Amino acid sequence: MKQYDIVIIGGGPAGLAAAVSAKKNGIDRILILERDKELGGILNQCIHNGFGLHTFQEELTGPEYADRFIEQVKELDIAYKLNTMVMDISREKVVTAMNREDGLFDVQAKAVILAMGCRERARGALNIPGFRPAGIYSAGTAQRLVNMEGYMPGREVVILGSGDIGLIMARRMTLEGAKVKVVAELMPYSGGLKRNIVQCLDDYGIPLKLSHTVIDIKGKERVEGITLAEVDKGGKPVPGTEEFYSCDTLLLSVGLIPENEISEKIGVEMNRATSGPKVNESLETNIKGVFACGNVLHVHDLVDFVSEEAAAAGKNAASYVKKEHPEERNGREIRLNPENGVRYTVPVTINTARMDDELTVRFRVDGVYKNCYVSAYFDGERVLHRRRQVVAPGEMEEMKLTREQLLQYPDLETITVKVEEE
Amino acid sequence: MEEKNLTCINCPIGCSLTVEMEGEQVIKVSGNTCKRGEIYARKEVTNPTRIVTSTVKVVNGQSDMVSVKTKEDIPKGKIFDCVRALKNVQVEAPVRIGDVIVKNIADTGVDVVVTKNVEVSRKNT
Repeated sequence: MKQYDIVIIGGGPAGLAAAVSAKKNGIDRILILERDKELGGILNQCIHNGFGLHTFQEELTGPEYADRFIEQVKELDIAYKLNTMVMDISREKVVTAMNREDGLFDVQAKAVILAMGCRERARGALNIPGFRPAGIYSAGTAQRLVNMEGYMPGREVVILGSGDIGLIMARRMTLEGAKVKVVAELMPYSGGLKRNIVQCLDDYGIPLKLSHTVIDIKGKERVEGITLAEVDKGGKPVPGTEEFYSCDTLLLSVGLIPENEISEKIGVEMNRATSGPKVNESLETNIKGVFACGNVLHVHDLVDFVSEEAAAAGKNAASYVKKEHPEERNGREIRLNPENGVRYTVPVTINTARMDDELTVRFRVDGVYKNCYVSAYFDGERVLHRRRQVVAPGEMEEMKLTREQLLQYPDLETITVKVEEE
Repeated sequence: MEEKNLTCINCPIGCSLTVEMEGEQVIKVSGNTCKRGEIYARKEVTNPTRIVTSTVKVVNGQSDMVSVKTKEDIPKGKIFDCVRALKNVQVEAPVRIGDVIVKNIADTGVDVVVTKNVEVSRKNT
C-alpha cells in the first residue's frame, strides 16, 4: 500500500490551500484526491468576479483564483489524482478510492484533511407540491450547465431562495438572454451578500420578494409556471396572497449542506448547527489526525476565508505529522459556547498548549441584529465587546483570540460568544 | 432637481442612500453612515461601471466553453452591448489566462480576456 504523510480529500479551494500550506510547512508526501476532471472545485463554474480581494488584494474570477493555487500545487510538485472518488476512510487512516486507471485502491495516510466541500439542498427537502416536471434545477447545476457546458436551462426563470448562487444566476441568465421574473425568499431577509443583491438584481430590475415562497408548480412534462405566496412569521403561506408567474424554469438556491458522508462513516463527531465536523483549535476532528476545512466544515460566503482556514488546517496537519505537539502537552480544553443569537462557532474547543499566537473564531448569527454588540465572556467575565451596526446570517463573523489573552485566565473553562442588544 | 435611491454595497449595513441631483451634478448624498457611502453614491450616479464576465465557445479544447471577462470595468450601460458582441465569438484551444480575445469590446476601450486555461483536446493530438 502506498504511504503518504497527508491525504487530502477534495481538490477545490480548501484542498488546494491545505496542500500548499502543508508542503510549505515541511511535508513532502502529500496526495490530493479529486473526483472531478480538474482541480479547482466549484471555483471553475464561478466565472463572476469578486474573488481574492482579501488574499490577493485584487478582484479575480473564480477560475483565476483557483489557478493561483493550482499553479502553486504544480510548482511545489504536490501529487494529485483526478477523476478519483474516495469511497471510505478507516480509523487507521487507510483511504479507499477508485478511478478508471487504478481501479479500486488503498493508500495509507498519517493525517487526513477533509476538504470535500458542500452540495446544494434540493427540491426534495422543500416539500413543494406539484408534479415533477423538467425545468427545475438547483442554481449551482444551472450555473455549471451555462458556464461550463454551454447549455441554457430555460428562457423564463423564477428563482426560489436568495442565496448568493441564486443571485449570481439571476444575472447570468439575464445576460444570456433569459427573462428572470422574480427572486423569492422565504425569510424576511436575503441570505446573500448585499453587493450581489445590488449588482445582480437591482442592476437588471429583477424584483426580490422577501417572505415569499413557491406553493405550487404547474406543468406535468415541463414547468409552465409557479405560484408564489407571502408567508407569515411562522413560514406558513398567507391565503389570498397567491400570485401566478408563468415560467419554464425554476432555480432553487435554498441552502448548502456540507458533504460529510465519509466523515460520519469514520465516526467524526458532527455539529448539528453547521452539519460539519466539530473541530478543535487545530481544525482537528475528534479523530486524531483527521482535520477539516472549507465548506465541508461550515459553509462560507467568501473563498478568501476558505483559503485562510484551509492553510491553517494544512499547517496543523503538518505539525501533527511531525509530532510537534506530543499528547502529554494536550492539557485542558476550553469550550466555546454559542449563545443568544450566535448559531455556532468554529472551533468548538481551544487547547492553549496547541494554539497559535492568534486564533480566528468564525461564527454565524441567527437573525439580523442592528446596533448590537458581539461579546465574548470568559466564564462570567465579559472580555470582548465589539459594537456592530448590523450583523446578518448571510455574512460570516469572526473574532480573534490571542494565546496571551487566554493564558491570563488559567482556570478558564468556557468562552461564551453572544449577540447583545443595546 | 432629481432624487435617486441606491443601496450602498461597501459593507453589510447596506445603507439606503438618497442622492439629490441637478442635471449631471450631485448636490447632496444622504442616508450614508460613513464617507465610503458618499464616494460610492457619487460614482454610482455619475459613472457606474461593472466588470462583465461571460463565456465563449472553444474549438478543439478540453472543455467546450471558456470563461472570459472585461479586463477592466466598463460603463454599466454597455453591459448588454458587450455580451451581444461576445455571442458568436469562438476561440481555438489552447488559451491561457490573460489572452485577449476581443479588443475594445463594444467601443469601451476595454479588452476581453480569458480567465481560464484550456488545453487542446487529447482527441486531436
